[in-house]
Amino acid sequence: MTEILVVGEAANEKLQPVVGELLAAARSLSASTGEEVSVAIPSAGGDEEISSEAIALGADRVYMIRDPLLAEPSLDAQVAAIETACRQIEPSTVLVGRTPAGRDLGPRLAFRLGVGMAQDCVQIELDDATQRVAATRPVYGGNAVARMIFKDANPQIVVLRAKVYEPLEPDSSRKGDVVAIQANLDASVIQTRLVETVNREAEGVRMEDAPIVIGGGRGLGGPEPFEMLEDLAKLLGGAVGASRAVCDAGWLDHSYQIGLTGKTITPGLYITVGISGASQHMAGCSGAKSLVAINRDSDANIFKEAAFGVVGDWKNVLPSFIETVRELVKS
Amino acid sequence: MPLKIVVCVKQVMDPETPVSAFKIDRDAKRVIPAPGIPPVVNGFDENAVEAALRLKDGGDAEITVVSAGDNFVMDVMKKPLSMGADRMVLVQDEAVEDLDGFATAYTLAEAIKKLGEYDLILCGRQASDWDNALVPLGIAEMLGLPCITMAQKIEVTDGGVIVERAMSDGYEVVEASLPALVTVSNELGEPRYPTLRGIMTASRKTPDIWSASDLGLDRARLAPSLELADLFVPVSDRQCEFIEGEDEADAGRQLALRLREEKLI
Ligand SMILES: Cc1cc2nc3c(=O)[nH]c(=O)nc-3n(C[C@H](O)[C@H](O)[C@H](O)COP(=O)(O)OP(=O)(O)OC[C@H]3O[C@@H](n4cnc5c(N)ncnc54)[C@H](O)[C@@H]3O)c2cc1C
Ligand SMILES: Nc1ncnc2c1ncn2[C@@H]1O[C@H](COP(=O)(O)O)[C@@H](O)[C@H]1O
Repeated sequence: MTEILVVGEAANEKLQPVVGELLAAARSLSASTGEEVSVAIPSAGGDEEISSEAIALGADRVYMIRDPLLAEPSLDAQVAAIETACRQIEPSTVLVGRTPAGRDLGPRLAFRLGVGMAQDCVQIELDDATQRVAATRPVYGGNAVARMIFKDANPQIVVLRAKVYEPLEPDSSRKGDVVAIQANLDASVIQTRLVETVNREAEGVRMEDAPIVIGGGRGLGGPEPFEMLEDLAKLLGGAVGASRAVCDAGWLDHSYQIGLTGKTITPGLYITVGISGASQHMAGCSGAKSLVAINRDSDANIFKEAAFGVVGDWKNVLPSFIETVRELVKS
Repeated sequence: MPLKIVVCVKQVMDPETPVSAFKIDRDAKRVIPAPGIPPVVNGFDENAVEAALRLKDGGDAEITVVSAGDNFVMDVMKKPLSMGADRMVLVQDEAVEDLDGFATAYTLAEAIKKLGEYDLILCGRQASDWDNALVPLGIAEMLGLPCITMAQKIEVTDGGVIVERAMSDGYEVVEASLPALVTVSNELGEPRYPTLRGIMTASRKTPDIWSASDLGLDRARLAPSLELADLFVPVSDRQCEFIEGEDEADAGRQLALRLREEKLI
C-alpha cells in the first residue's frame, strides 16, 4: 500500500503552520485514494512532541528522519534527508509547502528522484480517468489557470501554495505510529553554509496576521502619503502593505510587498489606494474577504475584484475617508 | 584569469500585457501572443545580467548569456549584450521551444557543459510566464553545483561566493564555494539601461546558434513530465459596488459609512 507523504517542515521544535494545511490537503486526497497519510520530519532529535502535533493534525504515521547534520539549519541536509526517506518509503505522492525552503526543496527533490513536480498549486485531487493526481495552479502571474495531470512516475511531487487549505481542527485523541529513520548523511551533501540571518522586525501588527490591511501603490506618487495609510492602519488595528512598484521605487522596504513574489495576506478587509490590480499583485491578496479600491481610473483591473470602489483622486477621497473612520471608531 | 559567468536568460511574453489583451487558445492549451506587444527578456533575468555586470565592474569577468527556445526576437534577445555581456549562445531549435522546467534544465545544463569552464551560473529567480522557479535548481542538481536562490547581493571572494538572499522580512547571508549557481531577485536593484555605445557594440555581435543535435540532446528527455490537461482564464464573479457622493471628498465619507454598515470596520 502506497502512502501520501507530507514534508514536515519544522522550526524551533514546532511544525510550520503550512504542515497543517498540507495534512488537510493530503486527507482530502486520501479520501479518494484510500491511502494512509504520513509526515516526514527532518530532525536532529529531542523533539518528540512534534510527532503528536502531526498526528493530531491528521497524520497516520510520522517518520522522524534523524541525522546529526540536521542540527544546523541547512536546506542541503533537509533535501538529502527527505530524498533518503522517499527512497525508503516509496510514497505515491509527496506534498511540500510553498515556503522559502519548500519552493526550493520540491524541485530539488524532483530532480534527484527523476520525477515530475508541480509548483505553487492551489488544489489537488484524484483525476477520475487516469487515477493520477491532478494539480491546479495559477500561471502567467495569475492571468491563467493550468490543470496538470501527473504521468506514471512516482512520487508525484506537489508544492502547495500556503493559506489555501484550512488545517483540520487538531484532535489529540487521534492515533498514529512514529517511525525513526536514520538518514546516515554524508557531510559532503552540505554545499552551502548559512552565515547569518538578518530580520527586520515590523512595528505593530504583522501584515500576514492583520485583520485589516491598507495597501498603497504607485498612484500615491511617493513615500510621504504612506504616513496617511499608517494613520488609517493604526485607527483600524491593521497593517500597511504595498505593491511591488512602490518597493522597487524604494518608497518602502521590500518586506511591505504584497503579491506573487511578496507576501500573501488573508485579512477580512483589504483597502487599496492607487493600486492598479495587476494579476501578480492580486495573487497575494485573493484570500482577502473584502476588497476596497480607491483609484482614479474606473477601468483599473482592481475594480474587477473589489467589493466596494471609489473612482477618484486619493488626494480628495482619502482625507475625508480617514476622518469619517476616526469618528466611527470613536463612537 | 577572468571570472567566467554564465547568465541564463529567457524570452517571455511581456508580463505587463493588459489583462484585456491576455487571450488563451484553450484547444491548443497555449497563450495567444497579444498583437503588437513584443516579448521581453524575463525581468529577473535582467536583474541577473545586472548582477553579472556589477561583478565585472568590480573585477575581471567574462559574461556569456545562454538561452533556449525557438522563436527568438533578435532585437529583444540582444538586450543583455547591449547592457554589456560579452557573448551570447542561443540554443535555437524547434525541439527546445516550450519545454517544461525539467527538459529546459537538461537543455541548459548540456549547453553549459559544452561551454566548458565556468565559475558562476546566474539565473532569474523565476520566469514570469509560469513562475516556476524550477529550471535553476535543476541545472544545479544536474551539474552537481551548490545552489543559492533569491540573491539581492552577490560578492565573489577567493574561490567562493557570498550571497545575501532576500527573505520576506530581511535577508540571509549564505556562502558556497565556486563553481556555484545563484538565482537573482529584483531586490538586487534596477538593471542598467543599455548605453548607445553598448547598443553599437551589441549590433556587431552575432550570437552563436546551437541546435539540439549540436548538444546531443536525448529527445526522450525533452518530453513533458506532466500532462497539461487544461489552460484557461479564470472568471471573477465579483461585482464592484461603486460608492458615489456629491464630490470625491463626499465619496470618501460615504465609503467609510458603507463599510461600517457592512461591519467591515
Ligand atoms: C514575475 C512578476 C512578479 C511580480 N510580483 C509582484 C508582486 O508580488 N506584487 C506586486 O504588487 N506586483 C508584482 N509585479 C508587478 C506587477 O505586474 C505590477 O507592475 C505592479 O503591481 C503595479 O503596481 P501599482 O499597481 O502600484 O502601479 P500601477 O500599475 O502603475 O498602478 C497605479 C494605479 O494608481 C492609479 N492612480 C494614479 N494616480 C492616482 C491618484 N492620484 N488617485 C487615485 N489613483 C491613482 C492609476 O489609475 C493606476 O491604476 C510582478 C511582476 C512580475 C513580472
Ligand atoms: N528557456 C530558457 N532559456 C534560458 N534560461 C531559462 C530558460 N527557462 C528558464 N531559464 C532560467 O531559469 C530561471 C527560472 O525559470 P523557471 O524555472 O522557468 O521559472 C529564469 O529566470 C532563467 O534564468
